[in-house]
This record gives sequence, C-alpha cells and structure tokens, in this order.
Amino acid sequence: MENGSLALQYLLSGITKGSIYAVVAIGFNLIYSATGIINFAQGEFVMLGGMVAVTLAHYVPLPVAIAGAVGVVALVGCLLELALFRRLQRHSVLHLIIITMGLSIVIQEAALHIWDEKVRSLPYFTGSEVSSVRFLGAAISPQVLWVLGTVALVVLALHVFLRYTLQGRAMRACSSNPEAAMLAGINIPNMRTLSFGLSAGLGALAGCVISPITMTHYEMGAPLAIKGFAAAILGGLGNPMAAVAGGLLVGILEAASVSRLPAVYNDVAAFAILLFVLFVRPQGLFGSPTSDTVREH
Amino acid sequence: MLVDEINASGGVKGQKVELVLKDTAGSPERAVSFAKQLIEEDKVLAIIGPSTSGETMKIKDLCEENKMLLVSCAAAETIVNPVAKYVFKVPQKDSQAVLWIYRTMKDKGIAKIAILSSTDGFGAAGKKQLEDLAKSEGIEILVDEVYDKQATDLTDILTKVKSKAGVQAVVNWSIVPAQSMVAKNMKQLGLNVPLFQSHGFGNPKYVQQAGAAAEGTLFPAGRLLVVDELPDNHPQKQVLAAYKKDYESRYKEDVSTFGGHAYDSLMIVAEALKQAGSPDREKVRDALETLKGFVGTAGVFSFSATDHTGLDLSAFEMLTVKDGKFTSYKK
Amino acid sequence: MNRFRQILPFTLFPVVVVGAQLVMRATETEYCLTQLTMAVYYAIVVMGLCLLMGYAGQVSLGHGAFFAIGGYASAVLTTYDFSRFKGAPWAGWLQKAHLLIARQDLYGNTAMTFSPWAAFLTAMLATFFIALLIGYPALRLRGHYLAMATLGFGLIVSKMLLGSNITGAADGINGVPAWKLLPGLAVTGKSAGRVQNYYIACGLALLVLVLLRNLVHSRVGRALQAIHDRETAANAMGINTAACKLKVFVLSALLAAMAGVFFTHYTGGIAPSEAGALKSVRYVALAAAGGMANLWGVTVMSVALNYLSLRGWFGTYDNAVFGAILILIISLAPEGPLKPLGLWLRRLTGTRPPSPTSHDPNHVSRFTFHASPAAELAPQTDERATGRSPQHGAP
Repeated sequence: MENGSLALQYLLSGITKGSIYAVVAIGFNLIYSATGIINFAQGEFVMLGGMVAVTLAHYVPLPVAIAGAVGVVALVGCLLELALFRRLQRHSVLHLIIITMGLSIVIQEAALHIWDEKVRSLPYFTGSEVSSVRFLGAAISPQVLWVLGTVALVVLALHVFLRYTLQGRAMRACSSNPEAAMLAGINIPNMRTLSFGLSAGLGALAGCVISPITMTHYEMGAPLAIKGFAAAILGGLGNPMAAVAGGLLVGILEAASVSRLPAVYNDVAAFAILLFVLFVRPQGLFGSPTSDTVREH
Repeated sequence: MLVDEINASGGVKGQKVELVLKDTAGSPERAVSFAKQLIEEDKVLAIIGPSTSGETMKIKDLCEENKMLLVSCAAAETIVNPVAKYVFKVPQKDSQAVLWIYRTMKDKGIAKIAILSSTDGFGAAGKKQLEDLAKSEGIEILVDEVYDKQATDLTDILTKVKSKAGVQAVVNWSIVPAQSMVAKNMKQLGLNVPLFQSHGFGNPKYVQQAGAAAEGTLFPAGRLLVVDELPDNHPQKQVLAAYKKDYESRYKEDVSTFGGHAYDSLMIVAEALKQAGSPDREKVRDALETLKGFVGTAGVFSFSATDHTGLDLSAFEMLTVKDGKFTSYKK
Repeated sequence: MNRFRQILPFTLFPVVVVGAQLVMRATETEYCLTQLTMAVYYAIVVMGLCLLMGYAGQVSLGHGAFFAIGGYASAVLTTYDFSRFKGAPWAGWLQKAHLLIARQDLYGNTAMTFSPWAAFLTAMLATFFIALLIGYPALRLRGHYLAMATLGFGLIVSKMLLGSNITGAADGINGVPAWKLLPGLAVTGKSAGRVQNYYIACGLALLVLVLLRNLVHSRVGRALQAIHDRETAANAMGINTAACKLKVFVLSALLAAMAGVFFTHYTGGIAPSEAGALKSVRYVALAAAGGMANLWGVTVMSVALNYLSLRGWFGTYDNAVFGAILILIISLAPEGPLKPLGLWLRRLTGTRPPSPTSHDPNHVSRFTFHASPAAELAPQTDERATGRSPQHGAP
C-alpha cells in the first residue's frame, strides 16, 4: 500500500474507533451538563442497549428492536435516577460519582446473570460482515458510516432540543445556575430524571449502532465508559461537539500509536495523552477555563 | 452431568464421586486461595481445572509441593514443562496446534506470515509457540502484534499488517470477540489472504459471529467438532458421538472443545482411580502416569513420566469452515 | 477516659489476633489463616487509602496500581535471571554486597536474582518516585478530574504490565521465593509457615495502624483535617496544602506497595489484575464501608469482606457484592455503617447518645478517629470543581 492511502487507512480506522468513543462520550456529556455527575454507568447503558436489542430482534424487525431497546434502557435510566439519585441530593458530587462506579459493576453482573457470557451482535444495518466502502484506496465498513451518521444526528437533535424546546432550555438553565432555575419555577429533580433518561437512551442507541462492529457482551461496558469518559474530558465537558471531537481524537491517536509503536500500547498512548491534557489543560481542548473550577492554583 | 452419569452407573469401584465446585472467575488470587482450601480443608483427591493458563501456573507449584494431583484444562506448555510429578493437563499442546498450522501453510506454499494475538494468557502462550517454531518450520514472521482482548475494533492493526508487503497469511490467536473481529476486519479492509485461527475457534457460535467472513478459515481442532464426518471405525467416534449427544440434549447448546476438556479430565481421573483400586492419591497419580490408549474427546491419551499431556500430533485435525459449518480440511 | 478509649483498640487488637488463631487451632480450622493473612495485606492498602480519602479528602481510583508496582518490582527482581550480566562490574559489586544471589527453584534450575530485601527496598524507592511524579500534578486537580487522573494512571500501569514480556504479560509472575525477614522469620506461602506468616501480617498491620494514628494526632494530622474541611481557609492559615496532600499521597502509595511486596512473597506470585480498575474500585468500596475517616472501621471491614470473598462466600456474585456495598453504603451511610450501627445499639441499650460537643469539628478525642462529623467530602469544595453553586442548597 502506498503511503498516501496507508495514512488514509489509519485515519479511517482511527475514525472507526473514534466514532464509537464519540457516541459514548455524548451521553457522558449530557448527564454532566445537566447534573454535574460523571456517570460511570454510561458504558453499561450502551451494553444494555445492545443486549436488549439483540434479544428483541429475535421477535421483531430490526428498527423496532432498536427503538424498543432505546425505550427500555431510557426507562431504566429514569428509574435508576428516581430510586437512587433522587434521595441523595445532599451528597457531594464525588460521592455520586463513586456510586455510579458501584452501579456499573452491579449492572454488569446483572447482565451476566440475565443473559450470559456469550458474545452476540445485531446484524449489520446495511451490507454484511464482509462488505466495505472503498475510498481513495482505503476501505471502511459501511456500519461505521452508520455510527458517524448517528453521531451527527444526535448532536443535531441535541442542539435543537437544548436551544429551541422548553425542556431543553430548562435543562440548560439547571446546569448553569440551579438556584435561579429553581426560582424560575423549573423542577430540578425532574430535569435530572429527564437527563438520565435521555442519556441512557442515547447510550442504548449507541450500543445498537456499534453492535455489529464491536459485538455486544456483558463486559463491554467498563472499557467503553473509560474511553468515553476520557474522550469527553479530552474534548472538554459541557459541550456535545467537544465530546465528539474528543472521541474522534482519541480514536485517531490510538491508530497513530498503532502505526508507530507495538499495537499493545495503544491504550497506554491514549491514556497518557489524557493525563497530559488533564495536568496541563484540565478543562479540555475545547472547554473554557472557568476560574476556580478545576484547579486551585 | 458426568458425575451424575458415573454415580448412576454405580460409581467408580462402588464409591460415589463427589464434586466440589469453586468458581474463580478467572482471578488468580482466588485460584490460589481456593486451591489452598481444596488441598487443606476439603482434602480432595484431585483438582480438575482451572481453565486458564494464568491461574494454573499460579497453583502449579502449590500443588506440586503439597503432592496434590492437578489435572488442568488449560493449554499452556509451561504447565507440563518442566514436568511436575503431580501436574497433568488434558488439552492438546499449543505447540502441536502451531505445528499443524505451519505444516498446512507449507503445503499451501506459504512462507511469510503475520501473527496477531491477544493480551490474555491464551494469546501469549500461542504467540510464544508461533515464534519459537517458525524458524524450524521455514516460516518467516513479518508482523507480530498483540492487541487488547477487549478491543472494540482491529482495523488499525490489520492496516499495519496490510502495510507490510509480502504477507501471505495471517494467524490469529485469541478468543471471542476478537476472533470474529479479525476475520471481519480482514475482509472489510480487503486483506484477502488465508486466515488461520487457533484451536480456540472450536465453537459453532464463533462461526455465526463472524458470519460470511468465517468462510475458509483454517484451524486445528480435536475431532469432536466433526464427529459426524468420522468413519465409524475411527477410535474416537464412539466416545465423541456419545458425549455430543449427551451434552446437547442436556444443555441444549452445541458442543465445544472446552467442555470436552473438562470431560477428558474427569474421565481420566476416574479411569486412573479405577486402575489404582483405591482413592490413594499416590496410587492414582501413578496409575494416571501410566495410562495408555485412553480415548477422550481431545484425542487418545497416553501419558508417561516425561509426558504429562498424553496427546501427540494425531490428536488434531485441520478443520475449515464451509457454508457456515465445520468440516475437515482436505488438501 | 479519653486516653483509655484511644489506647483500647490497640490493646484489643493483639488480643483478637492471637485469640482468633488459638480458636482456629482448637477447632482445627487453621487453614483459614491463609485467607485471613491475604485479607490483612489488602487491608493495609485500604488503611493508606483511608488516610488519603477520609482525612486528606483526595480520591484515588488507582491505588491498585501502587500495590502492583510494589508486588511486580519485587517479583521481577527476585525471579528474573540476571546471569546474563555475570561479567558486568556492577553485577560483581551487587554480588559482593549480597544483594544479587544465586538460588535454585523447585525444579532444580539455578538463577541469579536479587535478594528479597534488596528487591523490597528497590520497590519502595520506585514507588516513592512514581507517586511523587504522579501526585505532584494530579493533586492540583479537584473532584472528578483527580478521580479521572488516578484512574488513568492505574489503567496505564495495568496495560503496561499486561503488554510487557518482562512482567510476564497476562500470566504475571510465578515462583516468587520466600523472603527471610530475619533469621527464623520468613514470608512464604508454605503451609508450615502459615501461623508465622499470619503474625507477620498482623504485626505489620499493627505497625501501620500505630503509625497512622500518630500521624493523625500530630500537627500534620490536624493540618489534614483543616485541608479536608475548608482548603482555602487552611491555605490562608499558612498551611502548605499542596505539600501536605502530596506527602499523604506518597505515604499511602508506599503503604500499598509495601503490602504488595509482602503479598507477592506470601502467595508466590502476582498477576496484572491487581493493578486493574476493578481492584482499585474495590479498595475505595472498602474504605467507604469502613467509614472513610475511620481507621479501625476500615481495617475491620476490609479484613472481613476480603476474607469472605477469598473464601468464596460471594460465589459468582463477588464483584457485584462490592459494587452493591459501594452503592448502599455511600448512599445510606457515607460515614460508614459503623457509626449509625453504634448509634442504633446505643439507643437499644438505652445509653445516652453522644453529647453535642462531640459534633464540634475540632473535637478529636473519640473512639473512632473521625476527622469531623461531616466526614463526607465537603460538598462546597467539590461543587466548585464543577463551577456551580451548591445544588439544592436550602439556605
């Protein structure tokens, strides 16, 4: 393969992974924006979405299965918020983050016992396991285009929702100034539930669309959550576009690392870069430095 | 399932067999802790398992020091090399699997290859054998990469493979989901060279996972997977057919070689116990070591003082995937 | 009365330790000492974490990495065959200093490796520098950023251990030899040394507890409480908060590494899973379960829960149990279940509930090392990390 198309191929494979991280990072970002919580269980929502969809797909056509999975997992997200976080309002954010870690472990084990340890996947939306789209000497699976399309759609939808609908604007108000929002009559706890449900649903959608690529199994949640979280922080929390950019960047960095170093260190490279960014510019590449937020000096 | 069968048919020499189950969930320190429990508290006759090489290695020295009979279901060579008096294993040796792969390659005129393996114990063991045996079999390794077993996508590593000119085949040593991912990603990238998988590919579900991409995959495996194709006079046919029938009717899923290893380990211990005559660990160990010609699912076992695996190259056969099914590979 | 209450746990501890062993000998269940010893070593890690999280208020989701660094450093140095460097001058010096020794393994192979003491010291040194390197930039972060940084660090260590041949890749390292601490005293997994090793572990734990207790009651300890309660105020009072936090971080890392070294020699090996996120989260769960700032509570809970886990009581639900503990305890009793339990018991037995003065943040003389009643990490400091005013702040 000549250099040009080789570089392009690495880029495309970086985008493949990056799109997966991006679609997970958006969910992280949403909950964070609305509630200030980093939800480590976000990866499990992705996993649940895929699992439920695969089960449903045995009985109903694929699009219905996906819609069903999104609905079910969104409901689960809402219920979790109601059951847990509603009662924990006086707890510090850090406590809540630790709780989400515990939650992620419990959901993972529950999935193991509800389904089993086997790997499963949804069928490719278009084409099959062997089809690919050629582009200037490089190739990519059509499913990746579906993922990218979903990401774009979600970002657009979120933008419209947050800017132009009442609920969306209420959510934005909650995140920027909860006290003022309360004074304006916005029901903050309900907003929180809504954001959890929405984030869970988004996660489920992500899980469905990436399922043919990554395959769905009970353990997939944790590594995805970590990478998605890293991507969201790299881009800068608080901004869905930044989350997407962060995700794509992480994917491309990993691919770049594979091209130069032994492939086994690609995770190390991604996390090392993340640590570097955290130490040097904690608000992320595209985040705005709000004065006393992340550092004390 | 087996314990019930054995006990139903009168036990071994009249004594019932009791199974003490401990699930380590792949955690090495739990393996050590449970092994100590089994040795010191439950005082079992023999330990069967664990199924991963990492855990087995953690308890190998422990069992040897405590004179506890260990029949492992893990494949690493290091389990039986150096040979420990009390430690045996039942899966075929990785080196045998590799030799089958390399010899098939030579038949096909393949000399330059790429090796991919996962970061777990299984992948690491395979990688070592592939590297050690390459030179003597006349194979040149152009690319040798390890990937995280939980990777979400492997196109970047396969791009690296594609970038090296002259790669004639790819060998992948891992378990799901990576196994299927490699197959799919190769086809998606247009890397149309033969794909060899490890004997870890031995489950029809993995073929389903990879779908159309699995066609033509080559891998060595025990004959359990193609038992229906065996001629009736094949020494293993009866045992394999019986096991397959029992397993599939009881558990409603396809047999795989992994369940087969558990079967072999238990049946071998039972047989050794029968020959020893009494549940005395030393006698059973000696009986096991001198066991010859025992028909199991993985092959025909013949142990000796220097060979605690008991299987030779004939335990394997080269299989391939055709029309979504396993079938013997004909040259 | 106060002094008595403080000394009491220290005198009870040896009694319980010896008592447990004698009971086991009498009931012929001495093999349980194995799991107990392993649990005690894990508890030492959590003690260090308790200092960091409960007293200094810093979260670390990567402490498994320090345990692994200690364990692996000593494992590699005591198993890797350095004979290839036989000719080198430095090898000669090390041999003369008895740091590099020749030994045989179970199968008769000879190798030249470091002596366990040399390996231990090297491991501690390495951990010291790594903790310093990571701690310095990381501790300037707050809340979830610090959490992410420590998590990232833990993952990097875990993946590097997994991917490198010298650390045994996925299988880890086996065949780690016994460690002769003193003539007649050795850290080893052999059944013969079981009782001895149990006492070694408990002795080490006691040492650590004494050390930490003295630390908490010293100037440094009070500085920590000040930082925990209101960091800017502490700064204003002239406390060098950055240096303080860094010292605590490094100390907790060293404790974890030390536990790792002992553990590795005891079980004869180590695997990459010890550095993973799951283990690190488990340590956090145990610290929370004991009451973040309650050293004794933490010790008791860690030993108890790890012991049960190692004996297989949780079966296939092992991870889920720790996850559930994390959720339940932090949501219901962020200061640990022992305090509400104590209150409930007191109500049952009709004794007076603690007097109002004990809620004074400066009042330290309680049985249970509470830094302050509001041992939950102060919401204010963390809300600031996210740039928003306290949520649901009922004024």
